[in-house]
Amino acid sequence: MSTTVAQALVERFPGDIEPLPAFRDEEAFVVRKERLLEVCRFLFDFPGSAFELLEDICGVDYPGRQKRFEAVYHLYSLQARRRIRLKVPLEESDPTVPSVIGIWKAADWFEREAFDQYGIRFEGHPNLRRILNHEEFVGHPLRKDYPIQKRQPLSKPTNFGWDQGVPAGRGEPARS
Amino acid sequence: MGIETSRLFRAEPVAKTLDAILNWCRAYSLWPYPFGTACCAIEFMAVAASHYDISRFGAEVIRFSPRQADLLIVSGTISQKMAPVLRKIYDQICEPKWVIAHGACASSGGIYNNYCTVQGIDTLIPVDVYIPGCPPTPEALLDGILQIMKIIEGESVRDPKYRGQ
Repeated sequence: MSTTVAQALVERFPGDIEPLPAFRDEEAFVVRKERLLEVCRFLFDFPGSAFELLEDICGVDYPGRQKRFEAVYHLYSLQARRRIRLKVPLEESDPTVPSVIGIWKAADWFEREAFDQYGIRFEGHPNLRRILNHEEFVGHPLRKDYPIQKRQPLSKPTNFGWDQGVPAGRGEPARS
Repeated sequence: MGIETSRLFRAEPVAKTLDAILNWCRAYSLWPYPFGTACCAIEFMAVAASHYDISRFGAEVIRFSPRQADLLIVSGTISQKMAPVLRKIYDQICEPKWVIAHGACASSGGIYNNYCTVQGIDTLIPVDVYIPGCPPTPEALLDGILQIMKIIEGESVRDPKYRGQ
């Protein structure tokens, strides 16, 4: 089942997708970020093995690489009970990637987390703000060059907007 | 506030009698506020449940409003984002009040010496008793409550902390 998915992917996107060695029958691919949305839509609609579940999006920091950051998408097919991983390398000068929130709504908090911890910007995300760290936090703590002893206390309670009748998490611009 | 501020009760014989009554009442009727943020709170639940039975020491009236509590038990890791909330909860508890730092994380940050964790709640609020362990056994928390009771029994209405209020 999964081999057909892999074959179809390579045939459909020649040059834009590169298979990585499979581990325990779970395939992984390196995808160019320009084609990410098409690849995701293709997998979401794949007949017989639709990857309709987005399990996680995580960021990775490889300081030695030419493309320092990576956004990793973990997809699961409930029909075929298979997983697939997409890795999108990103340059340090431009760590942006299109948001997949239009395909999977679950991407909302995953993308906010990757933005918070690694500074990866997901273009098209409706509310790209910090999700784990507080709003006064400066920098991205899971980057390898974040000073390990740096502490950033919060000066005031987090305003969730409950008492103003504002929906949680709206109204403040994204900060890097 | 209350009895302690009245000059009438500061005279030696009155104060001593009053201390004995008040401290006995307070020590055996602690109303804990469990500030549970991590696994230590699970141990707290064990202490509150029938097997370890916190009510043997009169502290079973667990309140989830700081206005009704006098013992703040901070069980778990406090993140920088949570710190102002803990401070606010502490400020909302009426005097007299006591604080237990339950477990390694609340006492010192524990293993989480990182960008988001408060390195001990004593950087935010005054702490009376620290309980070590990760997590501490239920017996350790009971011992912590006994330590608080001992502290209460040593207090007096003439203590400087009640003056000028």
